[in-house]
Amino acid sequence: MPERARSNGLSWVLGLLLLAGLIMLPRVVTLSQQELLVFLVINVLLVASYRLLTLTGEWSLAHVVIMGVGAYGSALMAKELAFPVPLAMLAGASIAALIAFLLSFPLFRMKGFYFLIGSFAAGEVIRLIWKWSELTWLFGGPKGIKLIPPFPDIEVLSIDFYDPVNYYYLCLIVVAIALLILYRIERSRIGLTFHAIHWQDKLAESVGVNTFGYRMLAFVIASFFAGLAGALYAHYVGTVNPNRFNVEEMVYVLIWAIVGGTATFYGPILGVVVLTILNEIVLRALGIDEMRPLLYGAILILFILFLPKGLESLVPKARNWLAGRKAKRQGSERPTEAKLPAE
Amino acid sequence: MTPELFLQTVVNATYAASYMALIAVGLVLIFGVMGVINFAHGELYMAGAYAVVALYADLGVPFFVAVAVGLLFVGALGLLMEYGLFRPLRDNPLGGLIASIGFLLILQTIAVLMFGVHMEHVPPSTQGKLAFANGVVLTYQRLYVILAATIAVLMFGVHMEHVPPSTQGKLAFANGVVLTYQRLYVILAAVILLSALWLFLRKSKFGWALRACAQDREAAALQGMSINSTARIAMFIGAALAGVAGALTAPLVSPTPFMGDPVIITAFIIIIVGGIGSLEGAVLAAILYAFVNTFVTTIYDGTLANIVGLLLMLIVLIVKPTGLFGAKERA
Repeated sequence: MPERARSNGLSWVLGLLLLAGLIMLPRVVTLSQQELLVFLVINVLLVASYRLLTLTGEWSLAHVVIMGVGAYGSALMAKELAFPVPLAMLAGASIAALIAFLLSFPLFRMKGFYFLIGSFAAGEVIRLIWKWSELTWLFGGPKGIKLIPPFPDIEVLSIDFYDPVNYYYLCLIVVAIALLILYRIERSRIGLTFHAIHWQDKLAESVGVNTFGYRMLAFVIASFFAGLAGALYAHYVGTVNPNRFNVEEMVYVLIWAIVGGTATFYGPILGVVVLTILNEIVLRALGIDEMRPLLYGAILILFILFLPKGLESLVPKARNWLAGRKAKRQGSERPTEAKLPAE
Repeated sequence: MTPELFLQTVVNATYAASYMALIAVGLVLIFGVMGVINFAHGELYMAGAYAVVALYADLGVPFFVAVAVGLLFVGALGLLMEYGLFRPLRDNPLGGLIASIGFLLILQTIAVLMFGVHMEHVPPSTQGKLAFANGVVLTYQRLYVILAATIAVLMFGVHMEHVPPSTQGKLAFANGVVLTYQRLYVILAAVILLSALWLFLRKSKFGWALRACAQDREAAALQGMSINSTARIAMFIGAALAGVAGALTAPLVSPTPFMGDPVIITAFIIIIVGGIGSLEGAVLAAILYAFVNTFVTTIYDGTLANIVGLLLMLIVLIVKPTGLFGAKERA
């Protein structure tokens, strides 16, 4: 028990340090990096919600399009129906969840590879509907929607959300709440059922678990938060178009998830943070930004070949290594005590 | 829809069916033998097109030499993928798929770095490229024969005599119908190569080994067949077919580094509709898809045609996931 209390205390300290770091971060980087930070926080929500979907064992290729549904929905709500932006964001996320609910009827008749391709097709259909000339009056065709109302400024505190630092803080709060909810869901009975469906779907079904219902639930929840990420994106950038949500962007989400690893909650987040930093520092600093897909492709191949469980699998290794060093050091300080049990 | 437009659309659809069949059959062959969905297949097609860009358009090598080099080059890329990616990941089909996505990104970036993102223009390889009025008579008939023969040869191994020579009467309609030689090459290549593949798979010892591996890999290995060498052959042939399709269509579509993206989507639709492990199904589904797509594009518009194609695939996935022509279920 004292062990546990100490580690809790340690994690509190680490958490506070992380929080302080996240708050201080935009103050020490350049303006373009501040913009990147906003996108990074949004991408963290995107990839964390994607992980909830992968808990049931299905890999969707429609997640970025679902994010787009949230972005389009929120943008249209705010622009055409004059919803207040925060409400429009929630409405957009709800539309994404609704679309996921409808899509789950055809899609969850499939599994594995068929689900992958089926979700891809469904996503492409949505994207093509956005592009379709008949619906340009609503979705704006290939050029998309422009002049999306920005997040309203808080006059009293004179907080202007056009400033990336302020929008970063806003995203940070929204995403932190969303991550907390996602985490609680995963740790709840529902989350454990998701795991059960992933590893033993026939067995789960045989003890009375409605596997279709739970798969749908995972898809709907993941899509709600993906839609929320899309809404955060839309009202910051001010414009959305179908190509922003194409399969190439989906490939990046896959890469973040795989490089980070999907066995733990923090794995995909680790993946997106590390790769974004790598992207920013290595590629932009060296001025070879067009090499980005090549680098990502090479990283993906190297990880799938040599570290298939992702970056997160390094964490327990590092912890063991540290513990081993600690034990060794304690051993050298108190040689008699350490040697006794060995002999 | 006027008769001329109808005939022209049939000609266009046949051309589209031919190159789509080349690509989809390669994809199915790779899946059948190795159990991996090759996401980079569209980029192999792109690599074939750029081989022609580099050799024929830039260096002035004769067109068919460029196509042949393109075939070998893309086949070699296939071997590289087999050796570097799919062999180490043999027990992990999802891993193979993901690795092929990585390879896709690498090939695209290399094409961007070497050729830039602008569209390439490849001049047509024949002088008498447009066959108006008179030319139509011959080509249209030949087209029907080609089309029927492909289905017949692939499905039943029957000969051309079975094709009804009933097109004579309709030829008067065909005044405005155009079939460029360039497109004819693609159609001919599809027929010849796919027939050759069919013969190879049915008659040769390698072909038997290949099909045995596709049915049951372990049993085939127990009979003394080398899984590595059959996988190599399948990968080479599958990649080379995509390469030929790219090389031959290079003068017709302006090659860009991202030309593979729509192609791989189309190929997925075709292999799902046709049944994922079925070569014959892939050919028939390519024809079905090409006709539906070309006609909807001509009558309505391209976006709707794409939506219809994807919905077709979704319906097949929901109603009959083994595909229209795939009888047996594959794991």
